[in-house]
Amino acid sequence: MYVAVKGGEQAIANAHRWLADRRRGERNTPELEVTQVEQQLRLAVARVMAEASLYDPELASLAIKQASGDMVEAVFLLRAYRTTLPRLAETLPLDTSSMRIERRISAAYKDIPGGQVLGPTYDYTHRLLDFLQLANAEVDTPAAAEQRLADCPQVLELLDAEGLIEREADDGSEPYDITRDPPDFPVDRATRLQMLARGDEGYLLALGYSTQRGYGRNHPFAGEIRLGNVEVEIAVEEHEGPVCIGEIEISECQMINQFGGSREVAPQFTRGYGLAFGHNERKTMAMALVDRALRAEELGEPVTGPAQQAEFVLAHADSVEAAGFVSHLKLPHYVDFQSELELLRRLRRNHARRHGGTPPDAADSHADADNTSAPVGSNAALGEEHS
Amino acid sequence: MTDSQRRQRILALTPWERLAEHWERLGIRPGYRCVRGPEVGMAMVRGRMGGTGRAFNLGEMTLTRASVQLTDEVVPDAPLGHGWVKGRHARHAELIALVDACAQRGDWAVAIDEGLVAPLDAALAVERDAHGRQAAATRVDFFTLVRGE
Repeated sequence: MYVAVKGGEQAIANAHRWLADRRRGERNTPELEVTQVEQQLRLAVARVMAEASLYDPELASLAIKQASGDMVEAVFLLRAYRTTLPRLAETLPLDTSSMRIERRISAAYKDIPGGQVLGPTYDYTHRLLDFLQLANAEVDTPAAAEQRLADCPQVLELLDAEGLIEREADDGSEPYDITRDPPDFPVDRATRLQMLARGDEGYLLALGYSTQRGYGRNHPFAGEIRLGNVEVEIAVEEHEGPVCIGEIEISECQMINQFGGSREVAPQFTRGYGLAFGHNERKTMAMALVDRALRAEELGEPVTGPAQQAEFVLAHADSVEAAGFVSHLKLPHYVDFQSELELLRRLRRNHARRHGGTPPDAADSHADADNTSAPVGSNAALGEEHS
Repeated sequence: MTDSQRRQRILALTPWERLAEHWERLGIRPGYRCVRGPEVGMAMVRGRMGGTGRAFNLGEMTLTRASVQLTDEVVPDAPLGHGWVKGRHARHAELIALVDACAQRGDWAVAIDEGLVAPLDAALAVERDAHGRQAAATRVDFFTLVRGE
């Protein structure tokens, strides 16, 4: 049953007006420019792009400004905008080995071709608040070496050349797309990776951490983490070969995990993979841990930890869906609640009758009268959900 | 890579302001009309499992495309040009398409390749070199500590 409730238009309008005022803050402070967000809050922008599943730094910055810095709200805004655009193309799979490297490290090998390149990282900082930034102190320009960085081949290719790690080969299959058809469990690895790539970072981080603490342990090494710019190519009918449409910033994590093997295949290291838009290192590490955990069944491992249960992990990873369903509890449930009240009263009457207690007091019926005449909620013209 | 693909790549990688400035300086100003777009949409970006394996859908990116036709020549098969660029910059896509159309005229092709694409390519190379040298400056040089006596 749906009961129409109406009202609150003026209250809503005024609430939004106050919200805009709060977002703007004191008028004697200069207004935040979207370009400032894009330039100076780059990691926030990257997170919003990854979880909204849309690469557009300017729009992600606008979403962060509009949401007053609420990342989940910003992700929702950008995800909603995404639905207004037509799909013009699918890109060729990104060639991350040809990335213009900003950062590239391996925790598995010390000496690797190209070297350990730290790039712009918060690692090794002392995590002390920098009070100079309160005074907007100038910063130095980056140091530059004499020679540019040499090529950095993928570290896992070294292991692969010796046959020590499972080979990732392309069978040319067309990947499932959850934006076209909803996922139907159980889902394949391509679908899982698409869902993890847009999954909430905090959620994936907690699940990845749980595998390290023993809930589905798989002994990871950070084989390689890289960050940099990759050229994007699309196939178009106007050209025989693919055309480059520009570069995007990408983070990638390749985890090396403990062994798989069978009667036919000698023991090999196994892989977990993480990939995300922008500078998103922690996200890709968590994603790689969870990707590997979700391969438990395929690799013949017992499913013992929450992070290994694909449907549980994937169905709850999307912050837009999760926030939406939790937030819906704010919508009017007046009729639902009335029926619960009725039921509770009946149970209490029965309880009193059986155990000879006092009958329900007058306060209860008073509250009841208040509730039915309470002003309708703030959701103008929204139907009340009644399940 | 064909000349046309090479131009498309350099012009798409070049920031709009620099592209517009160089094009202005080249002095080619033909009449043209847009036959498609400029249109803002998205491309689904794909990755590969493990960097080398099967493809999966990573997420979308904004993309703008345009097609133009030169109108100076009064001939039915006036050259068509096409352009694509990441993001939502209509004029950037339109200008790439216009350059593509103009480059199909032999007399302009040389001017475009030598006077536009080559210097823009060189400018990108300078930037990439600077970027590569900044990355190289953060490369770790390991040295071994000798312990004890």
